[in-house]
Amino acid sequence: MEAPSKPFRWSWRSAKFRALVYQIAAVLLVVAAGWYLVHNTLANMRVRGIQSGYDFLRQPAGFAISESLFEFDSSETYFRAFLIGLSNTLRVAIVGIVLATLLGALIGIGRLSRNFLIRSLCGAYVETFRNVPLLLQLFMWYFILTELLPPIDEALQPIPHVFFSKNGLQYPIPVWALDHVWVAAGALVGCVGAWAWRRFARHRREASGSAPPVVLPALAIVLAGGFVGWLAGGAPSALDFPEKTEITVVGGGAVTPEFLTVLVGLTLYTASYIAEIVRGGIQAVAHGQHEAAAALGLARSQEVRLVLLPQALRVIIPPITSQYLNLTKNSSLAVAVGYPDIVSISTTTLNQTGRAIEAISIVMLCYLTMSLLTATIMNWYNRRAAIRER
Amino acid sequence: MRGKLAIGAALVAAISGTAYAGKTLDTIKQRGELVCGVNTNLAGFSSADSQGNWTGLDVDICRAIAASILGDAKKVKWVPLNASQRFTALQSGEVDVLSRNTTWTLTRDASLGLEFTGITYFDGQGFMVPVKSKVTSAKQLKGATVCVQSGTTTEKNLNDYSKANNLGMKPVVFETFEATNKAYFSGRCQAYTTDASGLASIRNKEADKPDDHLILPELISKEPLGPAVRRGDDDFFTIVKWVVFALLEAEEYGITQANVDQMKASTDPVVGRILGTSEDTGKLLGLDKDWAYRPLKQVGNYGEIFERNVGPKSPLKLPRGANNLWSKGGLQYAPPVR
Repeated sequence: MEAPSKPFRWSWRSAKFRALVYQIAAVLLVVAAGWYLVHNTLANMRVRGIQSGYDFLRQPAGFAISESLFEFDSSETYFRAFLIGLSNTLRVAIVGIVLATLLGALIGIGRLSRNFLIRSLCGAYVETFRNVPLLLQLFMWYFILTELLPPIDEALQPIPHVFFSKNGLQYPIPVWALDHVWVAAGALVGCVGAWAWRRFARHRREASGSAPPVVLPALAIVLAGGFVGWLAGGAPSALDFPEKTEITVVGGGAVTPEFLTVLVGLTLYTASYIAEIVRGGIQAVAHGQHEAAAALGLARSQEVRLVLLPQALRVIIPPITSQYLNLTKNSSLAVAVGYPDIVSISTTTLNQTGRAIEAISIVMLCYLTMSLLTATIMNWYNRRAAIRER
Repeated sequence: MRGKLAIGAALVAAISGTAYAGKTLDTIKQRGELVCGVNTNLAGFSSADSQGNWTGLDVDICRAIAASILGDAKKVKWVPLNASQRFTALQSGEVDVLSRNTTWTLTRDASLGLEFTGITYFDGQGFMVPVKSKVTSAKQLKGATVCVQSGTTTEKNLNDYSKANNLGMKPVVFETFEATNKAYFSGRCQAYTTDASGLASIRNKEADKPDDHLILPELISKEPLGPAVRRGDDDFFTIVKWVVFALLEAEEYGITQANVDQMKASTDPVVGRILGTSEDTGKLLGLDKDWAYRPLKQVGNYGEIFERNVGPKSPLKLPRGANNLWSKGGLQYAPPVR
């Protein structure tokens, strides 16, 4: 039975009252320090004639951005330029996270393999890519890509309308028309259908023991949904083809060397850390589980997939969240290899408008938001993984 | 508890800022050296050799200022800055003067809390292409990928030109000078754009075979380069301004590094005013009467600085062009030292 809690008294002799006073004083101190810093900065800037304020966001940017998912014209505002930069960062971060997780998990499991060659290769991979600074790795990949690819006038054409050169991989992409929304809607319906199939497959397996396949039919359902949506939208099929001009290839979609460098560099670097986390997680599962799986006659691949990994997930997810945040923030090194991510856009803005503090505060806010969002999602998944173990 | 309060108070006092207005000259004299912000490595303007000796046009201007204020052109501390750091370094007081091939524009003059003291080099932005691309005019660069360094006026000018001529050029923007060069010379971009003087310097120093690269004739913008100081210190601003004017006046009146001692004996009153023999103009600036004699003796006049660093006999081989004296058809015109 707990001791009865002491009543709160407005007297210095009450511990609760003292705690309240100290906490209020601490908060006031922090607020005062923050206010002092902001006020001092603004006053100094005013004394030296440095202008401040966020009104520059409404002015035309005046610079072009070399690659983005959306169209950007230099007469649009700085605000839109920041959004494009953010979309570029998200593009490389999301793809990077997915690829790094897949690669890292494979290599982490590979380090525990009974095969000596696989074990050594995975170990060598981890030690190499973990210990070289990321910036140097990015420079190395950029150097390799730009030196090895053929120059634009000698571009390779493996398939008609697809060009492979120092400009990257240029290919035809569909021209965006409003009817494409139907494709997205169809794919969404397909996702619901895939989830329904998964539930059906699980019931069938639990009822009768025969397990219908899940992954391929689910994928097929999503694709079929997208296809039906495309037909429903009037089958828009206008394509933007890359055209060869006198000096270069213009048009179409492109996977540029800059994007590839940042993606490959980040993926390989982060995968080496994720591999170690996955390995640690699997090794943290009690040895009795391995013995039980062996007693049940499970193959090694089944054992890892059905017994070890689900239990290891509880140990793996918090450190992996940190690695995802690291990957997102490391993408800011993209400015060193010419990829127009949000830091690159903010540097250009900063230099054209002179608003250093404002531009950097926007970038900080973006990274903070992305990181908090990632952490929240991963924490939710962590809670789910914990409960599922029972 | 009182000890902790005292420490806390001392910390707060230590981090509070001090005003800089009006004190730069005293700070420099007290420190005994001029802190000059320069480029990390731009041949002809500011670059260091393997022993750490700095040379270049911007470097010589800073040396002239140091000779004028402190008496010795060697009393300079060099702070290499890249394009993104340079203005913050000047604003925060890390450097006294920014002599780093910086273009004088309205935005920089009006909103960054600094002042440009004059134009030491009239430049323009141009393009460099490999000869084997067979491009001879900037108007042929339709859809081209162009290497640009971040943090300069270059991106905006490139975009203005591209829109005006409907070229749709795509910039690939790099943070560092070295990365930009590497990307262009590896063939990633079809063209390189920066100030024409910078192109000459890069072609000369970074290219394996300088003759394989062509600087296109079009100058797509005006890039007046000059030193900048912080706003709020009119005295120091005036000194830096007039040191450069003195170098130009000296060239106009034929005073060179070699003959400056003989010129001291000259009866020409204008020469006398410049060299401090007939009138003490330095006192009005807060300096002594040899304020112009020392830079001329230790560094040379504007023409000599130009020839030595970027002129036809230097590796950059740039013609005097717009940087010649007004009396010889150029744009350099100094107000009289009187």
